[in-house]
Amino acid sequence: MYAAPFEYHLPTTVAEALGLLEKFGDEAKLLSGSQSLVPLMKLRLATPGHVVDLRKVPGLSGVTESGGTVVIGAMTTHYEVGSSPLVRTKLPMMAEAAGQIGDTQVRNLGTIGGSLAHADPSADWPAVLAALDASVRIASSRGERNVKVEELIVGPLTTVLAPGEILLQVRVPLPAGRYGGAYEKLPHPASRFAIVGAAAEVFLDPGGKVSNSRIALTGIASKVTRAGYVEQALLGKAPDPAAIKSAAARAAQGIEVRADLTGSAEYKANLAAVYTERAVKRAVSRALER
Amino acid sequence: METMFGKSIKRREDPRLVTGKGNFVDDLKIPFTTHAAFVRSPHAHAKIGKIDTAAARKVPGVLAIYTGKDLVAGGVKPIPVGWLLPNIKVPAHYPLAVDKARHMGEPVAVVVAETPYAARDAAELVEVDYDVLPAVPDGADALKRGAPPVHDDAPGNVSFKWSIGDAKATDAAFAKADKVVKQSFRNHRLIPNAIEPRACLASAQPGTGDITLWVTSQNPHVHRLIMAAFVLGIPEHKMRVISPDVGGGFGSKIFIYPEECAAVWASRQLSRPVKWTADRREAFLADAHGRDHHTEAEMALAADGKILGLRVKTVANLGAYLSLFAPAVPTYLYGTLLAGAYTTPAIHCEVTGVFTHTTPVDAYRGAGRPEATYLLERLMDLSAKELGMDPVDIRRKNFIPPDKFPYQTPVALLYDSGNYAGALDKALQIFDYKAFRREQEQARKQGRYLGVGFSTYLEACGLAPSQVAGALGAQAGLYESANVRVHPTGKVSVFTGSHSHGQGHETTFAQVVADELQVPIDDVDIIHGDTGQVPFGMGSYGSRSGPVGAAAIYMSTQKIKEKAKKIAAHLLEANEKDVTHEGGKFFVKGSPDRSKSFFDVSLMAYLAHNLPKGLEPGLEALSFFDPGNFVFPFGTHICVVEVERDTGYVHLRRYVAVDDLGRVINPMIVDGMVHGGIAQGVSQALWEHAEYDENGQLITGSMMNYALPKADELIPIELARTETPTPVNPLGVKGAGETGTIASTAAVANAVMDALSPFGIKHIDMPLTPGRIWEALKGKGA
Ligand SMILES: Cc1cc2nc3c(=O)[nH]c(=O)nc-3n(C[C@H](O)[C@H](O)[C@H](O)COP(=O)(O)OP(=O)(O)OC[C@H]3O[C@@H](n4cnc5c(N)ncnc54)[C@H](O)[C@@H]3O)c2cc1C
Repeated sequence: MYAAPFEYHLPTTVAEALGLLEKFGDEAKLLSGSQSLVPLMKLRLATPGHVVDLRKVPGLSGVTESGGTVVIGAMTTHYEVGSSPLVRTKLPMMAEAAGQIGDTQVRNLGTIGGSLAHADPSADWPAVLAALDASVRIASSRGERNVKVEELIVGPLTTVLAPGEILLQVRVPLPAGRYGGAYEKLPHPASRFAIVGAAAEVFLDPGGKVSNSRIALTGIASKVTRAGYVEQALLGKAPDPAAIKSAAARAAQGIEVRADLTGSAEYKANLAAVYTERAVKRAVSRALER
Repeated sequence: METMFGKSIKRREDPRLVTGKGNFVDDLKIPFTTHAAFVRSPHAHAKIGKIDTAAARKVPGVLAIYTGKDLVAGGVKPIPVGWLLPNIKVPAHYPLAVDKARHMGEPVAVVVAETPYAARDAAELVEVDYDVLPAVPDGADALKRGAPPVHDDAPGNVSFKWSIGDAKATDAAFAKADKVVKQSFRNHRLIPNAIEPRACLASAQPGTGDITLWVTSQNPHVHRLIMAAFVLGIPEHKMRVISPDVGGGFGSKIFIYPEECAAVWASRQLSRPVKWTADRREAFLADAHGRDHHTEAEMALAADGKILGLRVKTVANLGAYLSLFAPAVPTYLYGTLLAGAYTTPAIHCEVTGVFTHTTPVDAYRGAGRPEATYLLERLMDLSAKELGMDPVDIRRKNFIPPDKFPYQTPVALLYDSGNYAGALDKALQIFDYKAFRREQEQARKQGRYLGVGFSTYLEACGLAPSQVAGALGAQAGLYESANVRVHPTGKVSVFTGSHSHGQGHETTFAQVVADELQVPIDDVDIIHGDTGQVPFGMGSYGSRSGPVGAAAIYMSTQKIKEKAKKIAAHLLEANEKDVTHEGGKFFVKGSPDRSKSFFDVSLMAYLAHNLPKGLEPGLEALSFFDPGNFVFPFGTHICVVEVERDTGYVHLRRYVAVDDLGRVINPMIVDGMVHGGIAQGVSQALWEHAEYDENGQLITGSMMNYALPKADELIPIELARTETPTPVNPLGVKGAGETGTIASTAAVANAVMDALSPFGIKHIDMPLTPGRIWEALKGKGA
């Protein structure tokens, strides 16, 4: 597999990288962990004239906490996210998801920012980060802006990122109160991407009823989608198994489910319900432990 | 000296292979090498119009671009077929498509350039005018009236109609049956995916007219013979084919492919070496695929479970062209296996080989035998269900008893030996069947669905004998060669016609030689894969390296021993009859203190200063072993699964395999082969699936959607063996390379159907993906 000719750039500051993007416009592609872009280039499905590698730009990776927000650099690898003590203790659902991405090699190279920018409709991070109400920080030569993960991704392999923009960080607000999160995934037997992935973050009130929940699904639609009917159905309920099951049954309601080689739309809607039920159950039991 | 036979010594080739010191075709560097890239048809079926190479030729570094027409004009002949059947249609298969492209990925032109990048860049710029035609990718559809024709000279898309067995006797058996169990089976298409993609490096020497081809081949002599004598018209003695380290094949590297023919031709045109290495995408599109049958099968039974007859009608999808051994796979390697381990008195099997607009199909690990075993073992379970019998009991009822060997089946094979109940007993002992049925019962009450599947398989392998194969249509012999050369210092080089591409010959073959010649194993080298060094041999496939290849080596060692003893007796001034060969020494029985070492004897063989009168100098022996029959491994595999009711997901819970492979040279290597085979067979049952859309586009053409088995999805496999040595070869060994694949697919499928039986589900076609199982379960209650 031999990629088409391209020019390779290795900037050492964000400003320099932005300058290169400005200069080459549509012709340029950022390179992060290379796990999605390089396969496309080898197949010549992507033929960027200029590749701007972010590897040497300092400050783009690592996990830190500041003012109730966990800040994860865009270039942080899946492995680094999953093994961060901060993530493991405060956001166990993220560690859980990180460990299920692809294989060891992919986790050691692929990055959280690259995954969001790539916006594969079966990727794991979008669901987990949507359930956690995360946003991303984006830089361009005109300044910086924050966008919610749910608004970042608009369709298969499409985001609101403009050609001159760089995703800098992922910002996850630390949940407060009695909360628990869980991620449940049925991996594709070939790629390990999610046939379905359900991320659930559940909050309980002092009486043990659901005071709020955020549930997001990947793999079943053209982009990450919130299971709004499930969230509604859970609200104010005691989360016993029967209540969870009947709420989760509505997981795919209102979602345009895609059929693919793994099964019919009906089957995938069923998977959404089953995996939502499993995720909510575990999220609740984590919340109850708090 | 320690006996090596039966010892699990570590693979001698592994330190080299696992530390990156292997020498694969793509690793070879020779000066002035050029690189080839192929322009491939994106369409399954299209007329080829004008091919415009003007833009491509302008890419810096491009040396030449050849099309199918160029090759034909240059005298290149079609790639032949190595196994012919009566009235078979063999349409011309040129290395580059000439008038029409007939499958997605078929090579249409080749670009040769100074670098692989330039070659690929230029290939992208070759403009081919395609007139796209309707395509038919499915074998059953290809037989329908009005289906798009693949070849003008194969009306109705039929390549051959073949049958075996006695139709009348089978009809009679069905007429008197108490029960007839019928099922249609789809044995879906697979893609081999050896870890090393195919590669070749062709180097023509303009000075001498010699040509060397390094190629990923399982049978370098066959490659040379066919390319030289049939495709390119090169005198055979001017061509040398070398297959250095080869990273797996599973059958896919037996065949002569268009790419290496084009590379040899281009090298002769340019007087430069030409190299090509497939990328994974090309491997998916252009390596011969496996399986792909539509089958209607029915079994006639007496009320007590005794099988009276079996009728099988199969449509075998052969792809767009006949690959080298394609006709043999769904016929002689399939229909002949339908007796399995059972006494079925009447069998009739009809096979229609059809052309479709897909990648050619040929032998893939097991080749025909997994297809036969799958339908037979599924029918055993379906029949047991119908008759209310236990799947174990129906098998016992029909096993050929151990005192009935040699046993003639109604489908041509003569089984030499076997003890099928013995293997089943041992497997049941390990498994504890009663306890499982109790656990299954309990689990069902909790809404958990466990199932057990049996496969009491039989395989025919060690492909031989030449005369029989010839009578059945093989265009080649099926013996194996060995030349054992003892050097003056007593070190030994073994030149074998077998080829190792993962099997561990450098270890197992050396174990046999070390024992026979009583030399340290480190003094023995195994050399294979080079027509310039090795006598004409047939290579490795059909689990033949042990039963045929190692047996040929054994023959040579006997000749060496005989001559060595003569020399030793002469040096000891003793009668040859009184000399023994023990502990690495020759001495007169009873007086081991006066001895000659293997070194002494070897040295004298070459010094020739003092040899028995009339004895030629040297110590070297050539043998060709052509066994009298196949060998017949057999065994019992038991698989336990749990199926999730709400998703259809199949969890593997337990896997027990008891195999009878005859005598085992290296148990660890054999365990590894069985493990790998089972992984592949499980994978067909649950995961792997080559799918074409209705236009003939391969939609599972990459590792992103074609699911190979992964270590973490498999479970520990519990292995055991029984040992019934075969009388067919002097070592008593049977083949071990394919049993796992042949046995396991049916065991898994039977287990899943057993798990689903509370829902009244009898059969689901493979692969048994969660989606398919869930659809079958929809609306059904336990
Ligand atoms: C075998 C395999 C299995 C996989 N399995 C899974 C799985 O199970 N689940 C899953 O979620 N993913 C999976 N992936 C995808 C993997 O997670 C990738 O790492 C991820 O999609 C892309 O991240 P990357 O860092 O490699 O990005 P790259 O490939 O380097 O880039 C991807 C895209 O993002 C853009 N980009 C990168 N960084 C930035 C930035 N800072 N700002 C703006 N744009 C940017 C690039 O221009 C490019 O378009 C798998 C990949 C492989 C190869």
